[in-house]
Amino acid sequence: MKPAPFKYYAPVTVDEALAHLAEHGYEAKPLAGGQSLIPLLNFRLARPSVIVDLNNISELFYIRPDDGGLLIGAMTRQRQVEHDPLVAERAPLVHEVMPQIAYPQIRTRGTFGGSLAHADPSAELVAVNIALNGRFRLRSQAAERWVPADEFFVGLFTTALEPEELLVEVALPPMPPRSGWAFQQITRRHHDFCIAGVAVVVTLNDRGQCEQARMVFLSAGDRPVIAHQAAEMLKGHAPSPELIQAAAEKAARDEIDPGSDIHASAEYRRHLAGVLARRVLTQAFERAKARETGKSGNW
Amino acid sequence: MAKKYVGQRIKRNEDPRLLTGQALFVDDVDLPGMLHAAFLRSDYAHARLVSIDVSAARRRPGVVAVYTAEDMGDDWQHGPPLVSPPPTVKDIVFHSRTQVPLVKDKVRLAGEPLAMVIAESRYIAEDALDDIVVELEPLGAVVDLEEALQPDAPLVHDDLDSNLAAHLIQKKGDYAAAREQADVVISRRIVIDRGTAAAMENRGYVAHWNPKSQELTLWDTTQSPIPIRNGLARMFGLSEHQVRVIAPFVGGGFGPKIMMFYPEEVMVTWATLQLGRPVKWIEDRRENFYATNQEREQVHTAELALTRDGHILGLRDDFIHDTGAYDPYGLTVPLNTQCHAFGPYKIPNYYGDLKVVFTNRPIVSPLRGAGRPQGVFIIERLLDVAARELGIDPVEIRRRNLLPPDAFPYDNEIIDQAFVPLVYDSGNYLPVLEKAVEMIGYERFLKEEQPRLRAEGRHVGIGVVSFIETTGIGPYEGARVTVAPSGQINVATGVGTQGQGHFTSFAQIVADQLGVSPHDVHLVTGDTAQFHWGTGTFASRGAVVAANAIHAAAVTVRGKVLKLASKVLDTPEEELELVDGHVRVADIPQRSISLGQLAVLANPLRGAVEPGTEPGLEATAYFGPKYGATASGAHAAIVEVDPETMMVDVKRYVIVEDCGTLLNPLIVEGQLHGGLALGLGNSFYEKLVYDENGQLLNASFADYLLPTALEVPRAEVSHLETPSPLNPLGSKGVGEGGAIPVPAVFAQAVESALADYGLEILEAPLSPNRLFELLQAARVTRDA
Repeated sequence: MKPAPFKYYAPVTVDEALAHLAEHGYEAKPLAGGQSLIPLLNFRLARPSVIVDLNNISELFYIRPDDGGLLIGAMTRQRQVEHDPLVAERAPLVHEVMPQIAYPQIRTRGTFGGSLAHADPSAELVAVNIALNGRFRLRSQAAERWVPADEFFVGLFTTALEPEELLVEVALPPMPPRSGWAFQQITRRHHDFCIAGVAVVVTLNDRGQCEQARMVFLSAGDRPVIAHQAAEMLKGHAPSPELIQAAAEKAARDEIDPGSDIHASAEYRRHLAGVLARRVLTQAFERAKARETGKSGNW
Repeated sequence: MAKKYVGQRIKRNEDPRLLTGQALFVDDVDLPGMLHAAFLRSDYAHARLVSIDVSAARRRPGVVAVYTAEDMGDDWQHGPPLVSPPPTVKDIVFHSRTQVPLVKDKVRLAGEPLAMVIAESRYIAEDALDDIVVELEPLGAVVDLEEALQPDAPLVHDDLDSNLAAHLIQKKGDYAAAREQADVVISRRIVIDRGTAAAMENRGYVAHWNPKSQELTLWDTTQSPIPIRNGLARMFGLSEHQVRVIAPFVGGGFGPKIMMFYPEEVMVTWATLQLGRPVKWIEDRRENFYATNQEREQVHTAELALTRDGHILGLRDDFIHDTGAYDPYGLTVPLNTQCHAFGPYKIPNYYGDLKVVFTNRPIVSPLRGAGRPQGVFIIERLLDVAARELGIDPVEIRRRNLLPPDAFPYDNEIIDQAFVPLVYDSGNYLPVLEKAVEMIGYERFLKEEQPRLRAEGRHVGIGVVSFIETTGIGPYEGARVTVAPSGQINVATGVGTQGQGHFTSFAQIVADQLGVSPHDVHLVTGDTAQFHWGTGTFASRGAVVAANAIHAAAVTVRGKVLKLASKVLDTPEEELELVDGHVRVADIPQRSISLGQLAVLANPLRGAVEPGTEPGLEATAYFGPKYGATASGAHAAIVEVDPETMMVDVKRYVIVEDCGTLLNPLIVEGQLHGGLALGLGNSFYEKLVYDENGQLLNASFADYLLPTALEVPRAEVSHLETPSPLNPLGSKGVGEGGAIPVPAVFAQAVESALADYGLEILEAPLSPNRLFELLQAARVTRDA
């Protein structure tokens, strides 16, 4: 299990990295934490002729406040995000999810942006960034653009990134008042790849009715799935157990399209998605209410 | 009095070296001029080799040689059968078909090696694999065990009429008559799937032929260096003295590293003989999934005949056993299955029809448990079903059938894997079971906790099973014990060591005889230059067979020490004692002489060694038991199942083990904890998934699920000691016991947790997805 030969560059600035990408285009592959790319190279499933190693680009490692939200440099290690007090305060969903991503060893090396650029539909951060309405800053030598998270993931392991572009930063907006969040997933072993999972952010209006419910399913198709119909069912209503159950069932039945593999059939995944949707919605609405009444909010 | 070390919880002598990276593993061997090998492997499980063109690979810079089967000439030969002849059972059928070093005409399993590249680096060698042009004509693959025996099935071995590799029937008493008399007959189809050992260290070989000294050295991850030395010498026309096989520290054996003469093992050796340069090959993890032996797949149709009060009248167990593409290891695994279905129970009548089939999959040979978990799963599942049908508590039905303590030696009247009658040497089964029942709090759980939890909406269940493990079979092992002039004790034995703690438990035995600390006993295992008689580490036999050989040698050396000291100290032997590395007069401790000084005196530079004596304080001894020592145990578990998600959480796990005399409880418990991890894998996580073409779909640790520290509960362990009468130490093996009964306990506990649904678990491993299917089906049945 040795990789095929490749050329290796280790730039120290983003400009330098972008120059390599501009020169080599499709032939080049940026290397972030390497937790997915290195195995692909060793199995010879990926054979890029050029590797652009981003690990020496210090300007990509940061977590900064941004109005009420956050800016996270794409190369920030997952372990750092996990332990960052600002993240805990401003993005409690991210804080809660981080320890569930693979193992400490992987998070120590794995990066926030690397997981997003890899676009695995079973990746926790992919769903969480959509649930939080994150925005991604993409740079190339020629230009820079911002892409909303829900437009970034276009297919299985496929993103809006052009070959000469680099994901450099993620912006997470502040959560609206009276919001609650939750995340649950089912893995075969603790911290394995997810076979079904849901991230959700809900917001209540001042009468205790659901104003917004952004529920995103992992491992439910070739990309993360936003449950728009379930959200419509919830909107404008006080969240009762019956309504939650109905919305969860709607999402699991009509909105997702999970596949089958050796670990879980589509039918089992769909069943799990319904169970998890009910559980996360219940938990998220409870948290939103707790925040509304000033009770034990986690932040 | 000298301190007694056997039975003490002594920390392992080898661990400081292992933990600080100072231990030599095969991949640490780095020789000047060393070359690296890589193998081109078949993508197909069953195919005819039409052509192979290696010319481009030979031209790649850095490539030294590329070999195909044709290049080997007369050196190309099938591997030797390893366990032969087959047992003397009436009308037995056995077709021996052994593996080949490189495919010559037909591929029989995906991953079978087609060509070998030798290059200046492993990188170049792997790059050169891409240069080889191979044409294979795919054939229909034999994957399913039952379909393998259909008349229209493709043939794994064209010269046979069918894929039947072996067929034998074993009988005891008259099962048909017992069935007639039975009040109830339980019959079930039970399926056990395939798993892999997944040792932390994969296989690896470094072979070095020195053309000047005419000596071949092979560093090998084998469990059995001596048979490998002898076999390779024979294969390549060398004297056994020209071949040295060293099994250094090995990161886990678990069975598949047995004396296999794996293709890579033979080819690396052959290549160095051609090139006169050292050649290294280290198996990578993906290769390990294809190229290293696996185990466990069987399909049983089993039947238990009982009286209405739960007494077993007879067992019938007909099954098909998958041996993979070849059967070099004979019938060891399925014979173990037959035997272990007898369990610790009195089973007066038995009928067992065993069919072994060839399939287009990796070879099956023992893997920690080696057929035993399957046998235990069969009898325990049948007992659970019977208990339910008869309205008897599962523990109670076991109590009623356990062999009583006065039954031993107990002859089950069938033959075992060593081709001798299956005789249990000793045991005391009821106290073992009762201890487990007590530790898990069985009665209270059923009466109080389970109903309370159920009222809270939780599904929590309990499982308790009994089992036996045949261990410590022959033929023999040997050892040499020597007192060095430094006072250090040197011990050499032929078995390999793969993490079992041999450097400590064996040292404890010697320390007791010679009055030294175990830390002063230096042990060499698995180096044929140090000791060249023996077979290897398998069948939970190190602590029985090798340990007793070491014990015997140490006893002899003690005799020599006392005899010489008696002369030197002018004191009768009976008045001497061995303490702290000295021989001293019991009543006058200041009159003493060190073992080192005695060793010098025993090997004089002048004068004559008296006739009838030998120089030095050294002895070599052998031990071979008449038959195996049978260990026993009981496991109990409490599990919680979420019937919405199908996740299973093992809340508690209890192990009670009787492996005879405990040499070192710390090491025994290590074996049990490790065994439990494998057993839990075999219960819920570890399954090799093959498609209909014989392609393995989960050849990586991302998809082959080894339970981690987060899945494996911390077992609560207790010991009972019923010493074996078959060996002086009274020891029995324990290397596999931790793994063997786990799937049976797990299944019983999950059924107990889901008692509302009345489902039956008749397969191992289970998975959340399968549990989902079973539960859906049970709901349909229940609601109908």
